Amino acid sequence: MAAKDELGRHGEQIAVGYLLRNGMQILDRNWRCPDGEIDVLARDGRALVVVEVKTRSGRTHGTALEAVNRAKLVRLRGLAVQWLSMQRERFESVRIDVVALERFAGDFAIRHERGVC
Amino acid sequence: MAVARTRCVCLIGVTGHVIDVEADVGNGLAGMHLIGMLDTALSEARDRVRSAVVNSHYAWPDARITVSLFPASLPKRGSTFDLAIAVALLAAAGLVPRARAADSFFLGELGLDGSLRTVRGVLPSVLAAVGAGAGTVVVPARNGPEARLVPGVTVIPVSTLGELVGWLRSGDPINLPTLTDHLFGEPAPGTSDDPGSEPGEGTDPSSGPGRPGDGPTGFPTGLSARLSAGPDILRTPNDGGSEAPAPDLCDVAGQPFARRALEVCAAGGHNLWMLGPPGTGKTMLAERLPTLLPALDRDEALEVTAIHSVAGTLPADRPLLERPPFMAPHHTATIAAIVGGGSGTIRPGAVSLAHKGVLFMDEAPEFPTNVLDALRQPLESGQVTVSRALGSVTFPARFMLVLAANPCPCAQRTRPEEPCRCTPAARRRYLARLSGPLLDRIDVKVSVMRATRRELFADRRFIESSRVVAERVLLARERAAKRFAGTPWRCNAEVPTGALHSEYRLPAKAMTPLLGCLDNGVLSARGLDRVLRVAWSLADLKGRGRPGVEETNAALGLWLGEER
Repeated sequence: MAAKDELGRHGEQIAVGYLLRNGMQILDRNWRCPDGEIDVLARDGRALVVVEVKTRSGRTHGTALEAVNRAKLVRLRGLAVQWLSMQRERFESVRIDVVALERFAGDFAIRHERGVC
Repeated sequence: MAVARTRCVCLIGVTGHVIDVEADVGNGLAGMHLIGMLDTALSEARDRVRSAVVNSHYAWPDARITVSLFPASLPKRGSTFDLAIAVALLAAAGLVPRARAADSFFLGELGLDGSLRTVRGVLPSVLAAVGAGAGTVVVPARNGPEARLVPGVTVIPVSTLGELVGWLRSGDPINLPTLTDHLFGEPAPGTSDDPGSEPGEGTDPSSGPGRPGDGPTGFPTGLSARLSAGPDILRTPNDGGSEAPAPDLCDVAGQPFARRALEVCAAGGHNLWMLGPPGTGKTMLAERLPTLLPALDRDEALEVTAIHSVAGTLPADRPLLERPPFMAPHHTATIAAIVGGGSGTIRPGAVSLAHKGVLFMDEAPEFPTNVLDALRQPLESGQVTVSRALGSVTFPARFMLVLAANPCPCAQRTRPEEPCRCTPAARRRYLARLSGPLLDRIDVKVSVMRATRRELFADRRFIESSRVVAERVLLARERAAKRFAGTPWRCNAEVPTGALHSEYRLPAKAMTPLLGCLDNGVLSARGLDRVLRVAWSLADLKGRGRPGVEETNAALGLWLGEER
């Protein structure tokens, strides 16, 4: 496994732990279809939360948060529709969250932006 | 939520509008949003500001940044807002104190490395900022001298963003070369009708005229002071370096009548038309007209400089244009080049760049007819309104028009005994390109004929330098100014028709030659006014209280031209 993939995997693990601690229920992880991948799907109360996890090892190439751009969010919406079409369960609302992790001095800084799209 | 606010100026024409710049650094997806009717150059500010901030070693806020420019309904163009956007953003991010950012006006374009680049139109922008109550204006270092021309404001020239942030954080104005208004001494009221007063008299002690090595200090008030400006008075804005010998009226030998006409025009601000074969000195005469005009006074200089600042034609070493400008557009110029225009920013044209100076159109019949006729409105009103999709802009355009023309298109060497080869129809067509309404607005028309050898050498004995003539012109203008005290007019050409026939009404005897011409249709009503104005200038030059029949006759002769 390449270093970046390992970092991403590790970051997702931390993000899931963080979401669980914040009272969310994880429905699915790394759900894939031909159009792309959703990192984490969670239930927050009666809402479906599509979570994009972005992990960076530092800020030399920009921050993790700003790496999630509009095009990425548009793609996530499309994926969320596809995922929902395969479910029985109905949700009151759907929102997209971004969890950005940056590694500083061996530890990770975490930022959670709710409902970005 | 962190919101910070600062101010900037947006120019429309030469009028500045205050723009509030608000930055909000808050939660959400990281990114920067610029809103408020922006053009492309301004939308690109996003990338310039980001690079400048990062390369000045400040942390770029990892947050959702919204920058809004108010009033949102005003279309904004250009890159002058970069600095204000950067400062608002840094203040919102807590990197500089918010109160300090809100205090000042910020003008300037940012380079990617955080350096400040010069912008156009700093002078009118700073004037607008002062009008809106600004105490401090931050400008790019190289625009500093221009911004300092505006009295009553502290100008802070800055060369990098880092330098500015340091100043905003420390609040220590001593770190930067701040300069308040000191360029002009206190302008004496009624400058031109007080030839006896000493220059710089009554300046406030902190900014006395004795500052060494700091450019022009007190604006010369008296006649002697203005003329003692030395070679400077003979320098036109366009001749650039001082190495080239300044043009002087004594270069034009063999044309005593045309030189006299030039003097009359300079004294009253009248328009001039010169007709004559090539090589007789029409262009030389026109180029020497600015050397006869008095220097601009403080308000005029600021007004003229503001226009040139917007056009971006201000010489870097001389921020203030103190001499009347001289514009000589080529005859291929378009309407937009002459009256102003442009699809994006509306720029002043040659008529506005010649404001308070001379617009010289050499080979006038070669100009397109529509361009010549476009001059009619500014000639009457002293301003020009340019309308584009973005809106209308009015530029000042009170200039002296000088037209020069050959009598025919062939431009052959003509000896008196051998006429040129053009057919009479061709000659008529050539000069007919100058429309009647345009020529009706020309006060003085002269024929510049080829001088014989005898005339040429005889004239050399009587020839006068620009300096001598300028002194007479200045005296005449001061007499006129004394008469116009309490009115907005500065020279005879600006007196409106109502005043000509009421306050400045001439005795019936003086009017007789004019009334005859009015009756037989030689003079139009406008022509009559123009002749009267020239008559006043002639009287001013002679030092007479009011024109007599001699002056009106002479003015009529000048208006009609010798032969046409």
